[in-house]
Amino acid sequence: MAAPIIRIDSITKRYGPLTVLDGLSMEVLPGEKLALIGPSGSGKTTILRILMTLETISGGHIEVDGEQLYHMPRNGGLVPADERYLHRMREKIGMVFQHFNLFPHKCVLDNVTLAPMLTKGVAKAEAEKRAMELLDMVGMADKAKSMPAQLSGGQKQRVAIARALALSPKIMLFDEVTSALDPELVEEVLNVMRKLAAETDMTMLLVTHEMGFAHDFADRVLFFDRGKIVEEGKPDDIFRHPRQERTQTFLRKILAAGHRL
Amino acid sequence: MTDWPGYIGLILQGALVTVELTIMGSALAVVVAFAAGLGRVSRFMAVRALATAYIEFFRGTSIFVQLFWAYFVLPFAGITLTPLQTGVLALGLNVGAYGAEVVRGAVKAIGREQREACIALNLTRGQAMRHVILPQALSLMLPTFGNNAIELLKGTAVVSLISLTDMTFQAQVVRAQTGNTLIPFATILVLYFLMALAISWGMRWLERRVTRGLDGVRT
Repeated sequence: MAAPIIRIDSITKRYGPLTVLDGLSMEVLPGEKLALIGPSGSGKTTILRILMTLETISGGHIEVDGEQLYHMPRNGGLVPADERYLHRMREKIGMVFQHFNLFPHKCVLDNVTLAPMLTKGVAKAEAEKRAMELLDMVGMADKAKSMPAQLSGGQKQRVAIARALALSPKIMLFDEVTSALDPELVEEVLNVMRKLAAETDMTMLLVTHEMGFAHDFADRVLFFDRGKIVEEGKPDDIFRHPRQERTQTFLRKILAAGHRL
Repeated sequence: MTDWPGYIGLILQGALVTVELTIMGSALAVVVAFAAGLGRVSRFMAVRALATAYIEFFRGTSIFVQLFWAYFVLPFAGITLTPLQTGVLALGLNVGAYGAEVVRGAVKAIGREQREACIALNLTRGQAMRHVILPQALSLMLPTFGNNAIELLKGTAVVSLISLTDMTFQAQVVRAQTGNTLIPFATILVLYFLMALAISWGMRWLERRVTRGLDGVRT
């Protein structure tokens, strides 16, 4: 079996007196599609944010692609990572946000080309060629010159996915990417992600409330509650035959709320 | 018979000095505002402290006193400036201190989501500031910058106190020589107003250019 691409080793995350993650450990294999589900405040989004280095951790270690994420080796030991080290580690990871976070002052094409040109020194013509391929993949090539304000939520999110892909990360993090969308726009974003999963061997971590999609998409599902993994397993096992009572209660509630499985 | 065309010409010469002061003072103010405003959000404590000290000092003391210091006290330190240089320096530094807070506020107003997108796209802090934060912050700064520029324009009147022949100074001269108060002061009232109007229009034009395509929607 291949070595894990992400190895989280008993990490703790506190916000003041509030402990969000308490000694959490988990591993993700290269190419694995992982769905993180659970009630809000259970810490699942925090894990994605920690992997993207948008947060700091209060304790523990994380290894990404064989290297420490928050620590760098120095003099035979490990010291907290500096900005330059983090910069190199972030190349491995991309993230798509709930609220898209497109740059409103740049057109769709420039949103996608900005980072490759700045961080990898890709020439403009080449960056635009690659951007158009990606926009074509997400079905947004005809909107390349539009401004984000002219797009629907679903279109914005598809552009945001193309923008993250433009840096060719090994790991993609999707943080409730359909939660801010009108119901009729959810499917177009999910279709893009299905296509992505089918066409690439990228490792994907997905925080979602779309249980049906998580069931079809994921290789493995983790159920979180209060900063801990309560139950994990194959989608069929978690969704059809959950063993833990908390998982059962959660799934009952979310299905009663009208989410399809 | 009073030579009114000649006296009005005198006031117009003063108007030229006022315009000159306003333009050069504003240019200095913008440079200083960005330097100090970005200094205020620097991650280095020393830079933040320096920027804060500058802002608090220049906001907290009177423009009169600053002008007198620049003109009458600096020479004792071996720095002698012309009245015009002194005026530009005092006005630029004074208004720049207010502008710095505008820059800081606008940069802070560009939310966490944009910053996080920059981190996720692996931009350095400098790249994020230059390509993402500042272009958006600029459209928030412009209306207040317009206010500041008009304040600066009106502030130029104080330079008559260090014998700079600006519009207000010339109006006083005309008044003294003709004994007529209404005409010189009515003239400069209208001229100041027209200059302020020009600034308003210019800023509105700039604003339209900078916000093009944003449509007021920010997500």
